Amino acid sequence: MSAPILWIVLPFGIGVLILFLLRDRFSAWIGGGTAAILSLIALIFPIDTALLVGSISVKIAPAIQFFGRSFELNTADGPLLAAFYGLAAFWFFGTEASGTANRFVSLGLMIVSLLTASIAVEPFLYAALLLMTAAMLVIPLLVRSYQKPGKGVVRFLIYQTMAMPFILFSGWMLAGVEGSPGNLTATTQAGTMLGLGFAFLFAVFPLYNWIPMLMEESSPYATGFLLWALPTFTAIFALGFLDRYTWLRTTPQLANAILFSGIFMIASGGFFAALQRHLGRILAYAAIAEVGLLLVAMGLRSSEFVEITFLTLIPRGLELTVWALALSIFKREAYSLRFSDVQGLAKKYPAATIALSLAHLSMAGFPLLAGFPPRLALWTELAAQSLTLSLWVIIGMAGLLAAAIRTIAVLVMTDLETKWSLTETWVQTAMLGVGVIGLFILGMFPQAMQPFLASLPTLFEHLGQ
Amino acid sequence: MSVEIISWVAAGLILIAATTILISADWRISLAALAIQYLAAFWLVTRHLPLAMGTVKLIAGWMVVAILGMTRLGLSELDKEEMDTFFPRGIWFRIVLMGVVTLVTAGAAPQIEESIPGMGIPVIAGGILLIGAGVVHLGVTSSILRVTLGLLTLLAGFEILYAAIESAILVTGLLAVVNLGLGILGAYLLVAGSSPLETEEEL
Repeated sequence: MSAPILWIVLPFGIGVLILFLLRDRFSAWIGGGTAAILSLIALIFPIDTALLVGSISVKIAPAIQFFGRSFELNTADGPLLAAFYGLAAFWFFGTEASGTANRFVSLGLMIVSLLTASIAVEPFLYAALLLMTAAMLVIPLLVRSYQKPGKGVVRFLIYQTMAMPFILFSGWMLAGVEGSPGNLTATTQAGTMLGLGFAFLFAVFPLYNWIPMLMEESSPYATGFLLWALPTFTAIFALGFLDRYTWLRTTPQLANAILFSGIFMIASGGFFAALQRHLGRILAYAAIAEVGLLLVAMGLRSSEFVEITFLTLIPRGLELTVWALALSIFKREAYSLRFSDVQGLAKKYPAATIALSLAHLSMAGFPLLAGFPPRLALWTELAAQSLTLSLWVIIGMAGLLAAAIRTIAVLVMTDLETKWSLTETWVQTAMLGVGVIGLFILGMFPQAMQPFLASLPTLFEHLGQ
Repeated sequence: MSVEIISWVAAGLILIAATTILISADWRISLAALAIQYLAAFWLVTRHLPLAMGTVKLIAGWMVVAILGMTRLGLSELDKEEMDTFFPRGIWFRIVLMGVVTLVTAGAAPQIEESIPGMGIPVIAGGILLIGAGVVHLGVTSSILRVTLGLLTLLAGFEILYAAIESAILVTGLLAVVNLGLGILGAYLLVAGSSPLETEEEL
């Protein structure tokens, strides 16, 4: 068995089977179980290393050839696969609680396998095509067959499609720049192309307008999945670029551009989140601020920046899952998720309210929660570089905190006569409970992430060394 | 020499087809123009790629045209009216925009040929024209069908240029998948909202 077959072909095939053969009832368990098993295999069996299981020698081969190109997953990819498939399992099990149909699990598995293929493909540049294909598979999750497509989904499709040519061209131009580093014109052109490509992929200001729109018009759970999966792999793809091309790593202007884009996204995301009166839009702006944090981490001129980037990526997945799940529970009661419609729901949905509040506070960098350790690490490095920029990050986080306080206030705002009741199902309560426990564990014992974080930087040959 | 002439004819066809897609109110004419556009793009792509790989792009393109045509044909009268209200509006504005794209192409193509020798001016011109037309199209419409046509036009232009610098089979295959995927998505988004609720959960 080779690693690409195990973590790319197999989940894709199971996704196709679930789509055509299974009903909603079993899809969450089969999809979630598949992702959980793949996560465990990645954690237990190192790729390309022979292991003796009883009397049987097991070795997962690292590569396969496909149309003359190689798909390769190495030993260093193991922890990434374990973390990614583990979080994917949580998303898929969550579909049972969120009430989303089997289409989510089947398409989700296909998306996850395509995103895995994007880190495996050689030359790595082709990842842009796989990211685009994954983005296209997200659309049926966002727009159900009975629903008119809104502006958000159309913009999302346009921006993702426009990103791909920019990145593919820039990759070709960068190879030329490596050959003649003194050619300033070519360097500027390649840098601009690359910047535009990633601006579309990361939804950098002002290209993030589709995210709040999508949160209003689509299922919060599907949109949350999109906001988790695509930026995660885009970040790894971007780190691949920095690793591969020396001049990208060493150009201070580029690092500044990434840093300032991130700061702008955090500050604007936090500011706009504080002004929203719609729970979905608040999540959208919080997710934008989170992507900003990723960009700031990547733009740091520090040897620790790869570790900080990965430290930001792992809790982000958990926060978004819990938040999106809580929102989808509210959405069944109050379709629009406007403040006026969700007012006082805390007494009816206490578990969802607590989970949503904690996920939100975690994203705002509240101590003891999963989001705090990465933000602390980021602030420490950023403050050493620029106090002004640190202040802007704090302003953004303060905006998210204000939004959290407003959300909690609205959810608990009800008359005294209303009695407390636990309306959530046991599956919903259990999923939210597991998520909340995870938020606390990652916040209080961040060393729990150490097995993943220790070897993730070895994914990159030159970065952080 | 004859190859060069045919390449220029292909570039001219691209200009006409892209302008037609942009200004035509009738979806049938737009899709026919898209099919012609793919034929011209096929010729320009085969300047740098083997015939078989160029054929993959042509077939994928025509399949997209067929998918979109069949879907559009099946839509109800109400849906058609709703979609057609956008056209015809500002035809001259669109023609002027295409004029600007043509001027930019005329200015940029020789310069690109200078920095990447061997691509061929008709190939570059065809590619830039389609990218420009695609961007213009995306800028002036919000109709699902028109947006899909704009994205396909933009991608076709990119493929012409990219074929000159990258000839991997995997890339050709994935680009064909992306084209087909865009066509299928366009068709899905066109019919979304017009089908009744089916499953228990949807109800």
